[in-house]
Amino acid sequence: MPFTCDYTRLLFTKSLCFNGYFCNNSLFLRLIPINTRKLAIGIQYTASVGMILLVATGCFFFNDFLGHRVVALLLLMSVSILAMLFDILPVLLASVLSAVIWNFFFIPPVFTFHIDHAEDLLMFLLYFFIALVNAVLTFKLRDVENRARDKEEREKTIKLYDTLLNSLSHELRTPIATILGAVDTLKESKEKLSQRNQTELLNEIDKATVRLNRQVENLLNMSRLESGMLRPNLDWCDVNELIHSVVEKCVPTHKPVIEFKSNENLPLFKLDVGLIEQVLQNLIYNAIQYTPEDATITIEAADIGNICRILISDRGKGFPEAEMESVFQKFYRLPNSKAGGSGLGLSIVKGFVEAHHGKVTLRNNTFGGAEFVIEIPTETSFINNLRNE
Amino acid sequence: MSKAEILVIDDEPQIQKLLKIALESNEYKVRQADTGKEGILLAANHPPELILLDIGLPDKSGHEVLKELRSWYNRAIIILSVQSHESDIVRALDNGATDYLTKPFRTAELLARIRSALRRNQTETTSNILESGNLQIDLGMRTVRRNGELVKLTATEYNLLSLFVRNEGRALTHQYILKEVWGVGNQTDTQYLRVFVGTLRKKIEDHPNQPVHIITESGVGYRFM
Repeated sequence: MPFTCDYTRLLFTKSLCFNGYFCNNSLFLRLIPINTRKLAIGIQYTASVGMILLVATGCFFFNDFLGHRVVALLLLMSVSILAMLFDILPVLLASVLSAVIWNFFFIPPVFTFHIDHAEDLLMFLLYFFIALVNAVLTFKLRDVENRARDKEEREKTIKLYDTLLNSLSHELRTPIATILGAVDTLKESKEKLSQRNQTELLNEIDKATVRLNRQVENLLNMSRLESGMLRPNLDWCDVNELIHSVVEKCVPTHKPVIEFKSNENLPLFKLDVGLIEQVLQNLIYNAIQYTPEDATITIEAADIGNICRILISDRGKGFPEAEMESVFQKFYRLPNSKAGGSGLGLSIVKGFVEAHHGKVTLRNNTFGGAEFVIEIPTETSFINNLRNE
Repeated sequence: MSKAEILVIDDEPQIQKLLKIALESNEYKVRQADTGKEGILLAANHPPELILLDIGLPDKSGHEVLKELRSWYNRAIIILSVQSHESDIVRALDNGATDYLTKPFRTAELLARIRSALRRNQTETTSNILESGNLQIDLGMRTVRRNGELVKLTATEYNLLSLFVRNEGRALTHQYILKEVWGVGNQTDTQYLRVFVGTLRKKIEDHPNQPVHIITESGVGYRFM
């Protein structure tokens, strides 16, 4: 179980950092002792015994110079270091072992367990006691610290889930409510409904289902990102063709004109077509949401020295400067933005572009409206310049 | 025309019901199986014209069922798969599936795929001259006409086009096309294929950016219509 718990913590930290919630290094630094503590128990025992033996051997050679009392302090220090890193049992083993070694090899007469002076006997017992208490106390202290951290993280998770549930329940329930309502009306008042109203209700069900499907797709993509298992499946991609096909999918249901002129000099790029398609879909969908109906959305694609750059600019209101950093965060929605949208779209864009080791940036156009810039470093192929075989 | 019989192998009762209604209202006879085993038995007892096979079955994977069926059944098999599992689709097509559909799918799309698959069942084309929209391809003369005018194609472009035409309506995987046109050695690199599809589109499509003949099946391959 400890492994699972630690894994979740790592994942969680990663997802938070991914969204820019808090990326200070302290969390990662604090993770280090936890991880060492979770080393296989066998390794912990070996390392504990090894360290004590190493220190004892070192001391043995300098015994004349150090004196056996200093050796006791050195051994005690090694036990303390082990107590900071390892579980309680290996540390207890190390303290007992060090006491025995100290007695046998260092306390005169050496090479016997017999102790001559009462002073040394007292010191041996004290050593034994301090080493054990040291181990137990350090362990408990760490345990308390861990528990406090777990609690803190649990609270943060709960807060995150609250945000998630609020935004999702709205995004998922609205289409479900539409579907249920329309179906009920169709079932119960079949005779009274005009043909036109029936068709309209059926169209509403259609739209709601498409919307539901898009949200589910977003959620699935988000969980793919969160799992950390996302590996782009790179293949040659004709970006012109890809943009055209995404644009075509978006157009029929929406008003603003989307302008894209193929860049004839564009080479093929090695990309994950599925992921980039999703990125473009989310960005275009976002642009459509915020652009007035009579305005245009322009898309450009270019090759800048093995970097695939795609620009998508709209003529909406643009983004307030202060909010630009936050828009890629999960579940973030601009204050006063209209209903609809789960706040997942742009964070998926960022996640997928970063999975390609690329970056996505946002700036406001001088003439109004926002411009998203995707830049992905990747392999290019210019064979379209080689005519024929 | 007699009613074509379709066997649906899917474990979801809702999808089963939906498919049954959609297919029966379009004059097909429907038989249903909810496990792979039952599906194979039904297909063996009474071979249908077409099989709709779900990849995610409870008892065994649809891929195994497909392989078993393909050892003796040579009519159309259309695979139903969940969205965004392209590798599943490519694998099924390479294992001999006739076509695929991703859930959620629209009924019109389903019916179109079924019609096209059934058509291919019946006619292993013997004719040398094939027509598709404004295109006319003469396999004997190795000529291609668009709106009656001769289109100049290089040898590779022609080979690619004739492969597409001979498999009209069918999704061809990148690997399959590379093997058929360029031979066995080139199966890993799709860049030549993409470039040739690009130039071919410029020659045969009215709007190369909104192709109607050579359709890209994202992550899978191409389909000629």
